[in-house]
Amino acid sequence: MAATFTRRDFLKGSLAAGAGVATVGSLAFPSIITAQGKEPVKIGVLHSLSGTMAISEVSLRDVVLMAVEEINAKGGVMGRKIQPVVVDPASNWDLFAEKAKQLLLQDKVSVVFGCWTSVSRKSVLPVFENNNGLLFYPVQYEGEECSKNVFYTGACPNQQLIPGAEYLMSKEGGSYKKFYLLGTDYVFPRTANKILRAFLLAKGVPKENIEEEYTPFSHQDYQTIVGKIKRFSSGGGACVLSTINGDSNVPFYKEFANQGLRSENAPIMAYSVAEDELRGMDTSALVGHLAAWNYFQSVESPANTKFVKAFKEYAKKTNLPGGDKRVTDDPMEAAYFGVHIWKQAAEKAKSVEVDAVRKAVYGQTFAAPVGTIKMHEYNQHTYRPVLIGEILKDGQFKIISRTKGNVEPEPWSKYTSPDKGCDWINHQGTYQKKA
Amino acid sequence: MKRLLVLLVVAWLAGPPASHAQSPEAAKALADLVVDDADKREAARDAIRQIERWGLLVRTVETVFQGASLASILLLMALGLAIVFGLMGVINMAHGELMALGAYSTFVVQNVFRARWPQHFDAYFVVALPVSFMVAALVGVVLERGVIRRLYGRPLETLLLTWGASLIIQQALRLYFGAANVDVSSPTWLSGGFALMTGLRLPFNRLFIIGLASVSVAAMYWLLFRTDTGLRIRAVTQNRSMSSCLGVRAGWVDATTFALGAGLAGLAGCALTQIGNVGPSLGQNYIVDSFMVVVTGGVGKLLGTILAAAGIGGLNKGIEPALGAVFAKVAILIAVILFLQRRPAGLFATRGRGAEA
Repeated sequence: MAATFTRRDFLKGSLAAGAGVATVGSLAFPSIITAQGKEPVKIGVLHSLSGTMAISEVSLRDVVLMAVEEINAKGGVMGRKIQPVVVDPASNWDLFAEKAKQLLLQDKVSVVFGCWTSVSRKSVLPVFENNNGLLFYPVQYEGEECSKNVFYTGACPNQQLIPGAEYLMSKEGGSYKKFYLLGTDYVFPRTANKILRAFLLAKGVPKENIEEEYTPFSHQDYQTIVGKIKRFSSGGGACVLSTINGDSNVPFYKEFANQGLRSENAPIMAYSVAEDELRGMDTSALVGHLAAWNYFQSVESPANTKFVKAFKEYAKKTNLPGGDKRVTDDPMEAAYFGVHIWKQAAEKAKSVEVDAVRKAVYGQTFAAPVGTIKMHEYNQHTYRPVLIGEILKDGQFKIISRTKGNVEPEPWSKYTSPDKGCDWINHQGTYQKKA
Repeated sequence: MKRLLVLLVVAWLAGPPASHAQSPEAAKALADLVVDDADKREAARDAIRQIERWGLLVRTVETVFQGASLASILLLMALGLAIVFGLMGVINMAHGELMALGAYSTFVVQNVFRARWPQHFDAYFVVALPVSFMVAALVGVVLERGVIRRLYGRPLETLLLTWGASLIIQQALRLYFGAANVDVSSPTWLSGGFALMTGLRLPFNRLFIIGLASVSVAAMYWLLFRTDTGLRIRAVTQNRSMSSCLGVRAGWVDATTFALGAGLAGLAGCALTQIGNVGPSLGQNYIVDSFMVVVTGGVGKLLGTILAAAGIGGLNKGIEPALGAVFAKVAILIAVILFLQRRPAGLFATRGRGAEA
């Protein structure tokens, strides 16, 4: 009955064929990976290229692609070129999980570089854990996470939040005694302020000298809050620790300046304002205020000069908007060295297979723009130095303080979770510390 | 209420405490002071009372000013919408994007001044105000004559159409100016503030917006109720076919009204560059608030819009110190919902023949 080929037969046939291909594919897949052939290695890039987060995340895609180009120009990974697969999760948290699944299962990438917000990371986490993928996450975050499928190249709370507050408490920072914790209302500022509050209380700051306040996303009217800060600071010795995110910063700093508050008597220490955000801002109201990061574009080192120059040239060459006026900042540096760390680890492991690479990442070092950084021996995070910068008129930072060496990452803050630790060598993840 | 007023007047008359003793800390330190001498104790108590009263006075004036400032911003945003929605019955979802156009016009004017006449940079804002009005009005006329007029009397289709237009304008801005925010610097005469009293400084940009909103409202009243154009607009609003019969060019009136509403949106966008951000999605941040004000005020009544803006702004700033920014917003939305449950037509309902049209 071959002449009457019904639709049902066709479906059956194609199903069988599909299954056949799938079987062959899954059998053939490992041999392709292990073969030292010339097939390119696929990597995923999972950053929002549209929607609210695009402003920040597009730069991370750019810098990851630049790192890939650098590596390919020097012969790639073990003689294989890197082939980036760029997807756009569009600032949509559900889409992040969907796109992550697509990268891991359809494109079968060896590693993914991506995410910015904590909520996007939380949404892809189960995908990476269930399919044993590998994610390099380049942004400072609130900690309290320890997944073996993620390498965190941004700062932990103890590498940014605490040193920022410590600086303001120190003699050189101005010995401030009262702290106004101000943030946008979502997971990072809430957790960050929980940790900061615990830290301040532990340091003997009385409860009434700590204020905590939140505003919705893209809040514009800071009159009431600045009025409160003004009263809070009228006795002197007060400062603001700000985790305000995104474009709320402009109206906040403007109102702050217009109501007559100045950085000399009430400085703002920002944890979410970097060079890339300052690009679209009128910086006149921000000058003199502070920020705590692990990297600034103004770091003086040959490696950083090279990095900044390379990025500007890359932006110009590939016709990115902004061209050679583009700047580099902390998350971009973290995204950049993440790619290089992965490449070194893959070469050490002589494989791009996730488990092998992960073991090789532990303890890996790299001469990053800020200085030599090191991946932690067992907790998935990164040793980085901490820098305090003062905002200048041109949107750059004057570095006024820098830790001597790298600071060890503590994903579980000792102030809020003293009993918890993160260890993938001896303890299989988060574990209870013995008293 | 009366006691509060008396207290405030007393505080005003007593004058501010010495500048180093305005803080609650100073009052606390005074209270903690152990004094044996009865006279001195009395003096300390007086000083504490003075500090506290002054603090109350400052907070009250501050809250009233903040409420007025927010109200004037809401009013400026909603005024254009009130005219288009109220008088023409067009639900203009592109209102926010017309504001964005005004804001970007300001940005362009600023850049021209920066490049051509850097010594007169401070004057750019004076030029930007009419330019942003014109640009938005022009786009408004194109929209109205091009598409909206074909859909009069079909509110749902108009809603979809203007929403589509808003997306087009938004994307066009994004393509031309980039997805990132652009920076609009404040002229020096709008930076800083006016020290009204010890412990209180009123920012110039906010004072300016309060002034601009008042002038816009006054001009609108004059135009609608004192000029021939206004008479024609009101005639067409009340009875389109009858006005046409009497020789009013209804189409021309529609175009003028829409241009006026759009121009006011542009003006609001220009003013907002002084307190907020300028980016392609600027409009979306404001459109909900604008509609909230117009609907609460009652469609078709300018006075309703003014009172609604004042009410929502004042209420918001009144409860924010106690509840915080997040919950103040929630409380406002709940209050508006409850209010509209009781009075679905808003503060001032349109009555009579106009209501059914």
